[in-house]
Amino acid sequence: MYKIVDKKVMAEGTVCQLEVEAARVARKAKPGQFIVLRVDEKGERIPLTMAKQDLEKGTITIIFQVVGKTTAHLGTLEPGDSLADVIGPLGMPTHIKKYDGPVICVGGGTGVAVLYPITRGYKEAGNEVIGIIGARTKDLLILEEEMKGVTDDLRVTTDDGSYGHHGFVTDVLKQILEERKDVKMVVGIGPVPMMKFVCKTTEPFNVPTTVSLNPIMVDATGMCGACRVTVGGKTRFVCVDGPEFDGHQVDFDELTKRLRMYVEEEKKSYELFKQKHA
Amino acid sequence: MAEKGKQKIPRQAMPEQDPKVRAHNFDEVPYGYDEKLAQLEAQRCMQCKKPQCVKGCPVEVEIPQFIKFIVEGDFAAAARQLKNKNSLPAVCGRVCPQENQCESTCILGKKAEPVAIGRLERFAADYERNHNLVTIPEMAPATGKRVAVVGSGPASLTLAGDLIKKGHEVIIYEALHKPGGVLVYGIPEFRLPKAIVAAEVDYLQKMGVKIETDVVVGKTVTIDELLEDHDAVFLGVGAGLPLFLNLPGENLCGIYSANEYLTRSNLMKAYKFPEYDTPIALGKNVAVIGAGNVAMDSARTALRLGAETVKIVYRRSRAEMPARAEEVHHAEEEGVQFELLTNPVRFIGNEDGWVTGMECIRMELGEPDESGRRRPIPIEGSNFTLDCDTVIVALGTRANPLIPNTTPDLKLNRRGYIEADPETGKTSKEGVYAGGDIVTGSATVILAMGAGRKAANAIHEYLMSK
Repeated sequence: MYKIVDKKVMAEGTVCQLEVEAARVARKAKPGQFIVLRVDEKGERIPLTMAKQDLEKGTITIIFQVVGKTTAHLGTLEPGDSLADVIGPLGMPTHIKKYDGPVICVGGGTGVAVLYPITRGYKEAGNEVIGIIGARTKDLLILEEEMKGVTDDLRVTTDDGSYGHHGFVTDVLKQILEERKDVKMVVGIGPVPMMKFVCKTTEPFNVPTTVSLNPIMVDATGMCGACRVTVGGKTRFVCVDGPEFDGHQVDFDELTKRLRMYVEEEKKSYELFKQKHA
Repeated sequence: MAEKGKQKIPRQAMPEQDPKVRAHNFDEVPYGYDEKLAQLEAQRCMQCKKPQCVKGCPVEVEIPQFIKFIVEGDFAAAARQLKNKNSLPAVCGRVCPQENQCESTCILGKKAEPVAIGRLERFAADYERNHNLVTIPEMAPATGKRVAVVGSGPASLTLAGDLIKKGHEVIIYEALHKPGGVLVYGIPEFRLPKAIVAAEVDYLQKMGVKIETDVVVGKTVTIDELLEDHDAVFLGVGAGLPLFLNLPGENLCGIYSANEYLTRSNLMKAYKFPEYDTPIALGKNVAVIGAGNVAMDSARTALRLGAETVKIVYRRSRAEMPARAEEVHHAEEEGVQFELLTNPVRFIGNEDGWVTGMECIRMELGEPDESGRRRPIPIEGSNFTLDCDTVIVALGTRANPLIPNTTPDLKLNRRGYIEADPETGKTSKEGVYAGGDIVTGSATVILAMGAGRKAANAIHEYLMSK
């Protein structure tokens, strides 16, 4: 069992942060890697990314949006409660190096939680890092302070204009790419449509663009192939080959469809959960 | 009974669930022998002085001896005799291909049918467990040596049992949340009830084996880190990555690897959704590509999940099907259909990205290929569309690179499997042994157990000479 030691609720209760005891995972975790967790004996295995780890306490911090039964269940847990399983760190770490030009880290929604340790990694490697984070509205924005601490310049956008730039992260990204011809790398992490448009934005500028994919997984050790995606016309397993890929090569439309594979079952499961917890 | 009389007793069938009923439930198919049937069958054994059956067994179970105890009515003694050589008799009695092993060399088989050794093995092991007669064997004094066992499938469980009895400390590291490996995620409940696997694992724990789940060796810890606080490491991680056909449309929704389909149903209990959270596609028309045991398990699982039609699609003919005859027979009885000499060409989907059909081509058999089987050749112009909303690809696996990736000094063969001495399991890395599918590629439970046994002996020797 993996004990929850701290909990924070963000973004008007739609996003939740849990700090969980998992010493082995904390010791090994590198930016870009993820974990799989199971809430209880009847739970499913879901992949989530770690935002932070604390070596001394032997804990990892996960941030998730409440979108269905498992995340809703997770959201009801309190410090002192335990998770049945935490497995990781899984996937390949981000290949972080020093570039001779700025790196832009773009995050949308809870994708910012995934983006944050990667951004910190680039900063610690001595890069000039520009951050762009966005949300639908001001109250849904997460980790602004943290991102500020690991970027040279942080831009914020909201879809409704309630805070920062009124519009999408891609607007700001395009503007920077037009101004700065020396951008060497873009990292885009967030909902699938956002990542798709980040890649569309960077393509004409020929800037390498990395995305981090979050498909459905079961074992997450390469055994099942549930997480397969098409990258550059080839099938890859996100759990062992990823989760990061060259965004210009990813078939986002296929990924979107595969993510909807169990949409009916997910709805049913969530409804039952809500009835039980009403 | 006189020798003559014995030979007149026919091989006793095992009572089993009616095919029409069992095709809709996940309960075990055979009920197993009762005491009377077991003793009747056991009497058929000739008690050969030089038993050929033992030579046919990868772990050399003392077959005539355990059968004799059944004849005498001392069923617990029969189980103990089995466990001298086989730590998982309840499992092997169910999933071993006895027809190619012990039973194929039984002397009775020359003139009539061989003794049903597998059914007797299953009976004795079940009797012991169900009557709470399982005893912890005598253990050697502690040696102070520590062995890390990676993976908890049949090779690892066998090795762990052997080494703990020899007085070593044994810690199993399992990547999934439940121990048992393929016995838990791969083989369905109706063929191997999970309570039996749990009992076998529990037995090892009672002997002192420690099990840590949720540890992905190669990720959570590396082999080199394990070697820091263990005296030896055994790799019994299984084969791993599923093979796909690399045909157009293969990533459509509703197309699974057999590994995924079976893991969802067996390990995650998706057949009990929504009581359990993990869903699985409840296809109406299911196509299973391949004709091995895993394909049969997938097809029969699909039936039990409510499919109206389930078709095995196989490019060769019935004679070449790699599955055990018994599995094919059971599948057919339950209503699984066979599209033989048929090969998929591409997958067809709808606008939601769900598979709706599979374009196939008919095949004919040509000259034998390197496997000795006649090579299937497509018949031009014979293409047709097979309607299906779920496809399960059961073509086998290839080596999982998780451990080699972080263990550069571990030598692999050309196919990516770990190179290990077939007699000892010794790898190119000091103190590291390997066995089972990660060495041989996909094989059987009992072969993996045989490899575990050999590696246990070699590790014991290594530890005691250090």
